[in-house]
Amino acid sequence: MAAISREEVAHLARLSRLAVTEEELDRFAGQLDVILQSVARIGDVAADDIPPTSHSVPLTNVYRDDVPVPCLTQEEALSGAPDAYEGRFRVPQILAEED
Amino acid sequence: MRGTVPVRCTSRVTEILSDRPTSLVRMTTTALPTYEDAVSRYEPVIGLETHVELGTATKMFCGCRTDFGAEPNTQVCPVCLGLPGALPVANRAGIEATIRIGLALNCDIAEWCRMARKNYFYPDMPKNFQTSQYDEPLCVDGYVDVEVDGKQYRIGIERVHLEEDTGKSLHVGGATGRIHGATESLVDYNRAGIPLVEIVTKPVPGLGALAPEVAKAYVAELRDIIRSLGVSDVRMEQGSLRCDVNTSLNKPGEEWGTRTETKNVNSLRSVERAVRSEIIRQTSLLDVGTRIFQETRHFQETTGDTRSGRSKETATDYRYFPEPDLVPIAPDKAWVAELKAALPEKPSSKRARLREDWGISATDMESVANAGAVELIEETIAAGASPAGARKWWMGELARRANETGVELAAVGATPAQVAALQKLVDEGKLNDKLARQVLEGVVEGEGDPAAVMAARGLGVVSDTGALTKAVDEAIAANPDIAAKVRDGKVAAAGALVGAVMKTTRGQADAKTVRDLILERLGAS
Repeated sequence: MAAISREEVAHLARLSRLAVTEEELDRFAGQLDVILQSVARIGDVAADDIPPTSHSVPLTNVYRDDVPVPCLTQEEALSGAPDAYEGRFRVPQILAEED
Repeated sequence: MRGTVPVRCTSRVTEILSDRPTSLVRMTTTALPTYEDAVSRYEPVIGLETHVELGTATKMFCGCRTDFGAEPNTQVCPVCLGLPGALPVANRAGIEATIRIGLALNCDIAEWCRMARKNYFYPDMPKNFQTSQYDEPLCVDGYVDVEVDGKQYRIGIERVHLEEDTGKSLHVGGATGRIHGATESLVDYNRAGIPLVEIVTKPVPGLGALAPEVAKAYVAELRDIIRSLGVSDVRMEQGSLRCDVNTSLNKPGEEWGTRTETKNVNSLRSVERAVRSEIIRQTSLLDVGTRIFQETRHFQETTGDTRSGRSKETATDYRYFPEPDLVPIAPDKAWVAELKAALPEKPSSKRARLREDWGISATDMESVANAGAVELIEETIAAGASPAGARKWWMGELARRANETGVELAAVGATPAQVAALQKLVDEGKLNDKLARQVLEGVVEGEGDPAAVMAARGLGVVSDTGALTKAVDEAIAANPDIAAKVRDGKVAAAGALVGAVMKTTRGQADAKTVRDLILERLGAS
């Protein structure tokens, strides 16, 4: 059985605002399935004495002091923006109709 | 919904909206029950989610400054702009402040926990996710005791977790600058990444008609506790303390109802009003057999009621997962114990102690606390003023001025030492009330200490009896009719003469001295 369905891929694409064609849905579902099955095999191999982990290095408590460092300038910050206006990033409308 | 939102979402929202009977709209605008009627038939359950912006010098995961009011997008860097390859590092001060808040709210501190990514598509977060905490909050299971009408209520704290604030959006093209109907948005990321602590209560049942007041008292207590820790300026009007209020209703003996979440509640008074209006609104729906939708509503400051916002059903898939770029947080037990031992006196204990010292009522103490004047009055008394004198200036003239200019009382321009000095001049008879207010105005304007302002502005009570007597005689001569009445024993008529003298001395005489002098000159004393 597939680890991820075509519908789930469509749902994820929608959440990520990715325009995915029907063809691509089939292709990505297949590719993602291979990845997920591969990762799932690690779970089969891991014995009970190996706890689940989200980090590959056994580190905790890595902090920095609360000391300011130089920021980007406004020009630098906006240099990669598709659109800007009066020092702000300009983005398309967020919600069109409401209620 | 249209535009960037795919078609499928559109049909979903339409379904939800069209599901609501149209009669419902009429109900909410006309046949509203009274509050008393509503709470006599339904039992409210409330819950509060409060966000506190921490006052750290830098953001939570990068070293950008956090100054309020800076030019847009000047306090940003690759980390908080979510540029590829940028890596976050946690700010120790943010972790410490969160733990201190947790301890002050009687929470247990996690021995080990992780940050998580909350994924969502919205331009206020350039990374497309908010770094937050999910099922492993830093602090859990605490409580806050609040007092309403002399009775204590314990509000359970479910969790206190750390996350980051979002950017600020300006919606352009809409009728009112709001998101609805806007054609585009302009985003400033200066605020994105500033540490934000979210404090979530457990559901609070059993409050009955007092639910709105208890909700307000809880937020006020939370604000005072956090202010006492010095980790945030907790100013609701500036957004460093924000509150979402959950409300549901059920009939006695029945299961809890579906809750709605009201956002945009920006003052203590609004917390109370929001709960109250939601109780009334939900009652009006339940009365006609309409079910309550779990949804986000927005509080309307002008009308005091709530308006439907985004439907919750479309926005719950956040796909949380542990943040791989930040290592787990494992607070050292000794460090936590140290932080706990160093917590300041609880604001409620402090208020009780000071209330006794100052000899004032619970209501008066509440006003003092709400005005943020507790420490200021305390310091003014320490500088030599009487409790009554200190309270009078801070809660009167200075509170009024702070209100008018929209600044914190502490930033109004007068120091406790100056207020104490002013009261001393009044006590010594060198200033009367009216003159003292003028002197205080000068102090606030930055003209110096009270004595200096008094000298520079030529203010001060006229104590020269010769000059006063002359002014009194002139007033008597100019108002023979009134003088005759006073001579005939109508002592009350002397008020007009006192007024005349105060006018010629430009208010710089002591009214009681003037009155005594007039009565003496007219042989009526």
